[in-house]
Amino acid sequence: MGDISQTLKEQILQARRTGQKLNIEGGGTKAFMGRTADNNAGTLKLGEHTGIVEYHPVELVLTARAGTTLAEIEATLAEEGQCLHFEPPRFGEGSTLGGTLACNLSGPARPWSGSVRDQVLGIRLLNGKGEHLRFGGQVMKNVAGYDTSRLQAGAMGTLGAITEISLKVMPRPAMSLTLVQDMAMDDVIHYMNSRAKEPKPITGAAWVDGKVYLRLAGAKSAVEATAEKWTGEVMEQGDQFWQQLQHMQHDFFAGDEPLWRFSVGSTADNPELDGPWLIDWAGSQRWYRGDADMAKLETLAQRAGGQVSLFRGGDRTDEVMHHQPRALKEIQSRLKKSFDPDGIFNPGRLYSWL
Amino acid sequence: MIAKPKASRAELAEKFRAFIDPDFVITDDETMKPYECDGMSMYCEMPLLVVLPETAEQVQRVMRICNEYEVPVVARGAGTGLSAGAMPHKEGVVLSLAKFNRILNIDPLARTARLQPGVRNLAISEEAAQFGLYYGPDPSSQIACTIGGNVAENSGGVHCLKYGLTVHNILSVEMITAEGERVTIGSDALDVCGMDLLALMTGSEGLLGIVTEVKVKLLPKPEVAQVVMAGFDSVQKAGDAVGGIISHGIIPGGLEMMDGHAIIAADDFAQAGYPREAKALLLCEVDGTEEEVHEHIAQAEALFRELGATSVKTSQSEEERALLWKGRKSAFPAVGRISPDYYCMDGTIPRRYLAHVLLEMEKMSEEFGLRVANVFHAGDGNLHPLILFDANVPGEFERTEAFGGRILNLCVEVGGCITGEHGVGVEKIRQMAVQFNDEELQQFHDVKAAFDPAGILNPGKGVPALRFCQEYRSLEHKQHKHDTVDAAHG
Repeated sequence: MGDISQTLKEQILQARRTGQKLNIEGGGTKAFMGRTADNNAGTLKLGEHTGIVEYHPVELVLTARAGTTLAEIEATLAEEGQCLHFEPPRFGEGSTLGGTLACNLSGPARPWSGSVRDQVLGIRLLNGKGEHLRFGGQVMKNVAGYDTSRLQAGAMGTLGAITEISLKVMPRPAMSLTLVQDMAMDDVIHYMNSRAKEPKPITGAAWVDGKVYLRLAGAKSAVEATAEKWTGEVMEQGDQFWQQLQHMQHDFFAGDEPLWRFSVGSTADNPELDGPWLIDWAGSQRWYRGDADMAKLETLAQRAGGQVSLFRGGDRTDEVMHHQPRALKEIQSRLKKSFDPDGIFNPGRLYSWL
Repeated sequence: MIAKPKASRAELAEKFRAFIDPDFVITDDETMKPYECDGMSMYCEMPLLVVLPETAEQVQRVMRICNEYEVPVVARGAGTGLSAGAMPHKEGVVLSLAKFNRILNIDPLARTARLQPGVRNLAISEEAAQFGLYYGPDPSSQIACTIGGNVAENSGGVHCLKYGLTVHNILSVEMITAEGERVTIGSDALDVCGMDLLALMTGSEGLLGIVTEVKVKLLPKPEVAQVVMAGFDSVQKAGDAVGGIISHGIIPGGLEMMDGHAIIAADDFAQAGYPREAKALLLCEVDGTEEEVHEHIAQAEALFRELGATSVKTSQSEEERALLWKGRKSAFPAVGRISPDYYCMDGTIPRRYLAHVLLEMEKMSEEFGLRVANVFHAGDGNLHPLILFDANVPGEFERTEAFGGRILNLCVEVGGCITGEHGVGVEKIRQMAVQFNDEELQQFHDVKAAFDPAGILNPGKGVPALRFCQEYRSLEHKQHKHDTVDAAHG
C-alpha cells in the first residue's frame, strides 16, 4: 500500500475530536500480547503503511515503514548477505517491524547481538496530537535530543503510532554450528555463563528438556576451532532448533497453558517453581508454563534480579506486566500524557492505569 | 524558565551544611573557580555554590531542597564534556559527584560491574582485567571521564560500530529524580516491563535525573587484536575502502580515518610511522579469536591493496599496535601543537557523503580563512573536524563558531546529525533548531517536564526554547541564500 501516513494522521485527529480511542494494529499477529484490547476502541491500521524507504548495505542501515513485514525486510537483507541479527520472532507471516519494536521482541542471539531496541537508530511517530515527528536518524551515533526512539521499545504503542523505523543491520555470519549435550537444570546456569565469559564466537545458549544447546557463529576458522575445544555433540539440524526457539514454535511453547516470561539476572538461581522451564539468553530469559499467582511470581523474579510478565494465555483482564514502583508509574503516566494527552492510543493495553 | 531563587547563597549553604560536611559546601569564588566550565572552556559561568555530597541520601536531600526553592542543579562528573553540558547556572548549584568514586562490585560470572557514578571509565577495564573482562565504550577522555558522565552523554569511542555506545552497555541506573525520589531504572536482566526509561536517561545530559549508581555489562577481552594501517592518495578512495571492508562482511573493532593535516600533526607528535605523503589514512582494527583475526586481517590487507591503498602495514606486536593507535588517540593534542586553539566538532553523516562533506568543508575553510584538520570515526560516520584558531585574535572564535555551525548544518542536510557523542549542552543548542522542528522540540520539552516539572535540572541546556528557534532558522536561511548567490556569482 505504501505511505498512508496522511490517512493515519487524519484518523488520529478525528479520534481526538470525537473522543474515540484507537487500538494500533500492524499484522495482527500479537493480539495475544499485553492486556485485552479495549472493545469500544477503533482500529488504527498500520499494516497498510508499508515499504522499505531506504536501504544502503554499505551503511549497514535500513529504513522501513512500520507496517512492513519482517519477511519482506529479511528477504531484502538476505539478497545482500545481511540480516536482522537480533533475530526477531515471527508469530505469523504478517509480523511487522513496528510491532516488533513496540513489543521489544528479540530472539536467541539477543545477549550477544543486542535487542531490537539496541539496533534502532531513529523513528517517525504520530503522537496523540496527530503530529508526525521524526526522532534520531539514520546514523549509528546521534545524541541530539532525548532518545525517544528507543523509549518506544516495550511501550506497546501507548505513546503513539510508530510509522517508520531506521535500524542497524549486520552481515550474516559466514558459518554457524550448534553443540548439544545432556545437562541438569541445576548445573546449566553456571555452565552457560562460564561459556559466555570466554572470548569465543558464541551467539546462542539455551536449555530445554535436559539438554543444553550452544551456538557458535562467525568466521569459519573461529567457529571450527572453538567447536574442537568445547564439549558437546555437533547437532545436525542446529539451525532448525534456533529457528523454532526464535519463533516460539518449539514444542515447549505449544498448548494453552499460561506462558510466563522471567527476565532476570543471567546467573540467578532458577526460581523455585515446579513445572516445565525453558532457559534462553544464557540464563537471562526463562520461560515457565503453568497456572500461578502473579504476585508470587513477581517476588520470585525480583529475587532473581528481574521481572516477570504473563506473556500468553491466562487472565488478561488483570495486569500482565510486572508492577511498576510508584515513582516510575508516575513518570510513565506523565510521559504518556506528554505524547498522548487525550489517552487515545492502546488504552489499558500495557497497564490498566496507562 | 527558572524564577529568581527564593533562597540566597547563604541560606542554601546553611541548609546543605546541616547534612553535608561543611568543607564540601563551597561558596567562595576562589574554590568555586575550577567549576566554572567543563572541557569546553570557551563557555564559562560561576555558580551560586558547589556541593559535593557522598551518599545517595545526601543527593536526595539536596534535590528536595532545590526543588522546593526552584534552584537550578547542574550535575558534574570529571568535567571533561565537550559541549558545556556541565557549565554552571549562575543562580544554581553545581552538584559534583566526585566523591562517588568506588567500584562497588564486579561479578565475573555474570560479567557485570556495579559502580558509583564518579568511577573513571578506564578504571572499570583496569579492575575487570584480572577476570579477562573489560568495559566496551572507550571515549578518548577515558583516563579522566566518569561513568556517570558517560551515561549523561551516551559516550562512544573508537569501538562503537562493533561494541556499541553506553546505551548498549548498561543494565541499570539508580537515580534521584528532580523531586528527590530515589528510583532504579533497569534491572540485572536485559530488559524490563514498560517504556524503555533506561534508553531515555542515557544521553539526557543531566536534564532528567541525577545518576547515583550504574550497573554495566563487561565483555570478554578478545584473544587477539591487530591493526591494519592503509594510506590512500585521496579521501574518496579511503572512504570507498571503508565501504569495501564492511560489504565484505567484516565488522572491525575500530575503523578510524584521518586526513592529510591530521596525519602530519599526529605523526609529528607520536612518531607513529604514518605515511606522511598520504591524503587519507585508515586504521582498521580486527579483534576476536586467533583464527578469526588471522582470517580477517589477510582479507582486509588484500582489499585495501585492491582498492588503491598506496601503503599497507599490519601491526605485528602489541607495541606496534599501541604505537599506531597512539597517533590517532593523540590527534587532538597533536593538532593543539600546530595551533594556539582548536575547536572540535562532532557531526555525524551517512558515510557515502564523506567525500562530498570533506570537499564542502575545504571550501568553507577558505571562505572563513581558518584551517581544519579531520579525524573521523569512519566505521560509524562520526566526523571530528578540528577548526584551528587563535582565541587572542579578536573575532576569531566567533568566526570559528560560525564555521562550526555551518559544518553541522551540512551534516543535517546530508541526512546526518549535529552531534554523535559530545552532546548538545550549551554549545550546539542553536543547531537543534536545524535538526528538529518546533513540534519535535516541544515534545522534548514535554518529556523533560514529565521528569522535572519545576525545570530545575540543568536548565538552558540540550533543548532550545522555541522562541529562539524561529529567529535562528531565518538567520540561517538568509545565510544559506547568501551563500548560494555568492556561489552563483563565483
